[in-house]
Amino acid sequence: MEEKNTNPRRKFLDTGLKAGLLTAIGAAAAKAAMNIDKAYSAEEETIELMTPGGTLVEVPVSQVEEIPELKDGDYKVREGFPNRKFVMVVDLARCKNAKKCITACNKTHFITGENAWLKVYKMQESEKSAPYWQPTMCMHCDKPPCVKVCPVDATFKRQDGLVLIDNERCIGCRFCMAACPYSTRVFNWEEPKQGEMTEIYLQMEEMEHMGHEMHSPDYAGLPSLKGTVDKCDFCPHMIDQEELPHCVTACPNGVFFFGDAYEDTVTNGDETFRLSKLLEEKAGYRLLENLGTEPSVYYLPPSDRLVNFEEGLENYTEYESVEKPETPENTEEL
Amino acid sequence: MKDLNNLIQDLAPKKFTVLGKVWTGFLILVIIAALVCYYFQLRDGLIITEMRDYALWGVYISNFVFFVAISLVGSLMTAILRLSGANWSTPLTRISEIIAVAAIIMAGLTIIIDMGRPDRILYLFTHGRLQSPIIWDVVVISTYLVISLLLLYYPLLPDFAILKRYFSKNGTASKWYGKLSLNWSGTEQQNKLYNKSIRILSIMIIPVAFGIHTVTAWLFATTYRPGWDSTNFGPYFIAGAFVAGAGAVITIMFFLRKSHGLENYITDAHFDKMGKLLVLLCLLYLYFNVNEYLVPAYKMTVEEGVHLNELFLGQYAALFYLVIVGGLIVPIIVLLSPKGRKPFPVFIMGMIVVLGAWWKRYLIVTPTLLHPFLPIQGVPESWHHYYPSTMEWIITFGTLAGALLIITILVRYVPIIPIHETAEEMGIAETEKN
Ligand code: SF4
Ligand code: SF4
Repeated sequence: MEEKNTNPRRKFLDTGLKAGLLTAIGAAAAKAAMNIDKAYSAEEETIELMTPGGTLVEVPVSQVEEIPELKDGDYKVREGFPNRKFVMVVDLARCKNAKKCITACNKTHFITGENAWLKVYKMQESEKSAPYWQPTMCMHCDKPPCVKVCPVDATFKRQDGLVLIDNERCIGCRFCMAACPYSTRVFNWEEPKQGEMTEIYLQMEEMEHMGHEMHSPDYAGLPSLKGTVDKCDFCPHMIDQEELPHCVTACPNGVFFFGDAYEDTVTNGDETFRLSKLLEEKAGYRLLENLGTEPSVYYLPPSDRLVNFEEGLENYTEYESVEKPETPENTEEL
Repeated sequence: MKDLNNLIQDLAPKKFTVLGKVWTGFLILVIIAALVCYYFQLRDGLIITEMRDYALWGVYISNFVFFVAISLVGSLMTAILRLSGANWSTPLTRISEIIAVAAIIMAGLTIIIDMGRPDRILYLFTHGRLQSPIIWDVVVISTYLVISLLLLYYPLLPDFAILKRYFSKNGTASKWYGKLSLNWSGTEQQNKLYNKSIRILSIMIIPVAFGIHTVTAWLFATTYRPGWDSTNFGPYFIAGAFVAGAGAVITIMFFLRKSHGLENYITDAHFDKMGKLLVLLCLLYLYFNVNEYLVPAYKMTVEEGVHLNELFLGQYAALFYLVIVGGLIVPIIVLLSPKGRKPFPVFIMGMIVVLGAWWKRYLIVTPTLLHPFLPIQGVPESWHHYYPSTMEWIITFGTLAGALLIITILVRYVPIIPIHETAEEMGIAETEKN
């Protein structure tokens, strides 16, 4: 199981450049777009950029400044990336319950047990309205009830909008799980059987090279800890490598869009949108808005559906919608 | 002095009878079984319980809330009745204080049992953040424990001095009681200090006792959950706690009266009065119950509707009606008639009230968790329900046995009925002037 090969790897950097997702480049691009003089020769390599106004321009590579790394030397896990506000948009019109997001998420985070960080719900508002599939993950609320109730500051919120868990701090009281209205937190009820340990350690070594510590909130699930809480973390370790979160790249239908609210841009790897325009045009909304938790995940209503609800039913088994990652036990059984 | 000697004779702690030994042995056995199960829980994790990601709290937390409720009685009997000048409650004050101390100790332990990482308990103090209701609970429970211990210990000082003299033939016992009495000699100054301290403690414990139970209610009410999202929760919990505590006092005083032959001190009149008090408290609690269920049931919003339907008609219905009718309405009816307030019926009612109170806590904790905002989907069938596993039960019984063992041991070594105070009230207190 070599995760890197099986997972299509779309470079966040590429998309990032295209989307102007990275502030520095965005600014540079704007400058470049304005200053384009006729001086550059036709041979010079050019690159497509999106200006903050939303138009694509082609500029010579030499005009683009290299951005400093997202995470510079004094990056603090608890403070997060400066000047970011990560958001996700989920287009319900495209979801056909393919569940590739779940598989990718479970696999890359070594999630064991019967639960998952990402769930796809079969929803139907009322008997007369049409059913639809609704993926949910941690909403990374701006007013997170889970953070309010945590007695030891194990769950915390960073300046970039991510709500993360410090598994070395968590005392396992599960109050945050009771408080989360989206039921997205999961508990390690027993010692997690996280597949081939060597693989986890390989990954961890790689992480350590990049300055991650063991059990870093920055890379939840690697490895999970008995008696503590886990949940979706928006893959900061991927953002850090300038790639998109695993669910975004894994979805064959392009349901998930990830981006930065300050940049006002979201992308699913293939398409890029202005966040504000997208939400306005497609009537984006958030779940349980009335509770005042201010989630960072937006949904586009399941109108004008590209896919039939029935198609997803083939993948639906009420009690095991969660595909387990490989563990020594169940690989032996095969 | 003759009367006083008789009094001391009657009230001084007595050695265990055979029955007492069997009882203590039984409690210790239950506790050992619970410790073994807890060892498994430490080793394998909370997987040995039936709790899962949806029913993430279960019988442990219900049990915790129950203990907190029971402990409230200490302040009811000693503080409220004492301050209101209800002298009839004097023989019951020590019993209630003992119950309060035992319950609050076990409440603290129960919380640790429920933790996924008990090894990190100290983080609560080193990394505690005041914004979390759990920290409020930690603060208020420890305060309550300290005040309760003082309120148990202070009135014991003169009694210990009496016992020191009483056991003068038994060297070790006399020595211990002497030490514990902190050289109490009954001088005027000591008496003044003593009365003043008890008064201050009695006043102090009331807000703390209300605080502890309100905070425990807030633990639930501060979350976004249908069924817990209620402004009624604080008073509702306090009323329920008084009911449970009064029930516990009645039950235990009945046993002690039987086992220690205290018919002259804990009289039928006491049962009559406790019966009346219990009716009053049950009525009050019933009133809060109506508030708690009628308002959301009238509106039946989607989320509350799912929750209430399960309680009224669904899988929790049987338990729900058993608790409301059996644990509240029947006791009210029985205790309203004078015949129902004879010791035995009062005892039976007290016991079912305590049992009802225990299950009521279970009904507050479990069903709400199983009715979240987003439907429970994609998890194994067994996660949709919760019923405690055998190990969970054993550990829970272990904590209950622990509370009873603390009570048993205290009852073995301290006078169940305050000797000094009783003597004072009977006008036969020794007037010692040094
Ligand atoms: S969705 Fe739940 S776990 Fe995530 S931030 Fe909001 S309250 Fe916390
Ligand atoms: S379970 Fe852990 S993260 Fe959740 S509230 Fe308790 S200590 Fe905080």
